[in-house]
Amino acid sequence: MWDYSDKVKEHFFQPRNAGVLADANGVGDVGSISCGDALRLMLKVEPETDIILDAHFQTFGCGSAIASSSALTEMIKGKTLDEALKVSNQDIADYLDGLPPEKMHCSVMGREALQAAVANYRGEVWSDDHEEGALVCKCFAIDAVLIEETIRANDLTSVQDVTNYTKAGGGCSSCHEGIEEILVKVMSERGEAFKPGTPAKEEAKPAGMTNLQRIRKIEAVLEMVRPQLKRDGGDIELVDVDGKTIYVNMTGACAGCQMEALTLQGIQQKLMEELKEFIKIVPTKAGALSRATCHP
Amino acid sequence: MEGIYFDNNATTRVDEAVVEAMLPYFTEQFGNPSSMHSFGNKVGLAIKKARMQVQELLGAEHDSEIIFTSCGTESDSTAILSALKAQPERKEIITTTVEHPAILTLCAYLEKEGYKVHYLKVDSKGRLDLDEYRKLLTDQVAVVSVMWANNETGTFFPVVEMAELANAAGAMFHTDAVQAVGKVPLNLKDTKIDMLSVSGHKLHAPKGIGVLYLKRGTRFRPLLRGGHQERGRRAGTENTTSIVGLGKAAEMALEAMTFENTEVARLRDKLEAAILAKVPRSFVTGNPDNRLPNTSNIAFEFIEGEAILLLLNKFGIAASSGSACTSGSLEPSHVMRAMGIPYTAAHGTVRFSLSRYSTEAEVDRVIAVVPEIIAQLRKLSPYWEGDGPKEEAFAPTYA
Repeated sequence: MWDYSDKVKEHFFQPRNAGVLADANGVGDVGSISCGDALRLMLKVEPETDIILDAHFQTFGCGSAIASSSALTEMIKGKTLDEALKVSNQDIADYLDGLPPEKMHCSVMGREALQAAVANYRGEVWSDDHEEGALVCKCFAIDAVLIEETIRANDLTSVQDVTNYTKAGGGCSSCHEGIEEILVKVMSERGEAFKPGTPAKEEAKPAGMTNLQRIRKIEAVLEMVRPQLKRDGGDIELVDVDGKTIYVNMTGACAGCQMEALTLQGIQQKLMEELKEFIKIVPTKAGALSRATCHP
Repeated sequence: MEGIYFDNNATTRVDEAVVEAMLPYFTEQFGNPSSMHSFGNKVGLAIKKARMQVQELLGAEHDSEIIFTSCGTESDSTAILSALKAQPERKEIITTTVEHPAILTLCAYLEKEGYKVHYLKVDSKGRLDLDEYRKLLTDQVAVVSVMWANNETGTFFPVVEMAELANAAGAMFHTDAVQAVGKVPLNLKDTKIDMLSVSGHKLHAPKGIGVLYLKRGTRFRPLLRGGHQERGRRAGTENTTSIVGLGKAAEMALEAMTFENTEVARLRDKLEAAILAKVPRSFVTGNPDNRLPNTSNIAFEFIEGEAILLLLNKFGIAASSGSACTSGSLEPSHVMRAMGIPYTAAHGTVRFSLSRYSTEAEVDRVIAVVPEIIAQLRKLSPYWEGDGPKEEAFAPTYA
């Protein structure tokens, strides 16, 4: 059975804003019925201000699909359309205190319904750019077409490369055999032989980002979380970036705080979203001497 | 654990009498049956007894036709790989599109290894086309593997007849009978079935014990090679406690055979009829006229199975679903797809599987709860409005 958070269960058993919204002026219907999820998002937008006055949903789907829909409507009510569009699928998952990795696509569907509903309100045509191929990675819903194209475009040679670039294979790892087969195929096209055990590319950073840009991006993320840390009497500083490991120094009340690991995990998650790659965040002064507490 | 357990095709409760029979073999009777002293000897005798109890349940001619394995999957793999190794000149396999993953995943792997696998299709009620089967049965076929009863719908395949056809074509015949054993009277000595898989935990024995029935005279190549256990056909020290437990469970299953086919069937029929009468747009999948006595698989249109299960669970009711979300894959059950059940219904299938421990009161409780749950979820469904599907069909952009 899935290990759903209490928040997911609560939003499933008592969904908010379920049912038809009679005077909706923006409707988004998205779904993948073969995957067992479909969602209609209905918005009532105030034309003068672009503010979402009300949002309702109807969902065909599993527990986390219904909970994600319910959470989404709660999150966007009262926001302007532009503000609402900034809600990412990760935000939906965070709002629900996380979703099992195999269920992240439920939050993606919510995000797509929002785009579709806003497009509908604005009189635009929304189309999804998703390529439909045979699913390889079921945890992150990555298909063979995307994996093949990514291998081709970046001359990838190992399963780890594919995971770094597409996320495929980063979950339960049962698709590694399938990824290897695609590697064998694409590599033979370019006259190479797939060799198991080939190390991953040194720096699998997203195309086009220089080291400097990457460090700036990391600093920007740290700036974002800094106010929160300061509120609790702590701070964070960037020490070094070594490939996929980001070293930081937790200072003030944060150093040695019992919540340090949790805080770092949250920051790591944010960094991964922004950098679009897997990284590891490591504190340089683990368990510092001062045993201050964040919440006296 | 309190609750109503209607998921007996997934696994069953170990009978108290089975546990009792097993207990001495953990402590005082701990010997290795291969040992040359009385510690081992007594255990050896207990295994012999268990083998005969299983022999009787299967209606096998000899007790030596019973090979103890670790599970149904091991029995399936052993059977198919043995048949291929024993007849290297034959490179084809026949199976069905609705087999358990224990067979289908292995077959997909064998295809990559160069074997040709033919998958027999089923019709909307889950039935095979025997003419298609006859045409495929050439001298290239090494083994036919067809399940006795489908785990999701309970639908029977005509394995006895199919085994005769295979035999006439010189192909070996294997059947995965993990759902049928204990619920269907068997008399293997009068059939041409060469190999048959049993799983202990489906018939109130523990998990981690299975049987491969191997008809005397069938050419065989072991999967595990090592010691002389199971006459060299399955090396590895015997799982003595579980073997004893399976023996006892087999004996009890034989005693309960009539009860399973009358009383359990009656409860299942009552449950099914009441739900169908109370819930609009619901139907039974598979072939209701020819299936296991304990299984009912009902499709509830326009809602999703995992959501149904979560709500059932809240009422303490355990069942299972063919929806994509419960399996962790993103595809609904291959069995429902093979029968051509539309996605809007395939995702909403719920399997209720009873056992001889199920009671009338439990059935009544489930009948009372299910219609409410279905109505509650349909209120949330974009496909539904009032008492039926939306007039203007919901057609989302496929993402």
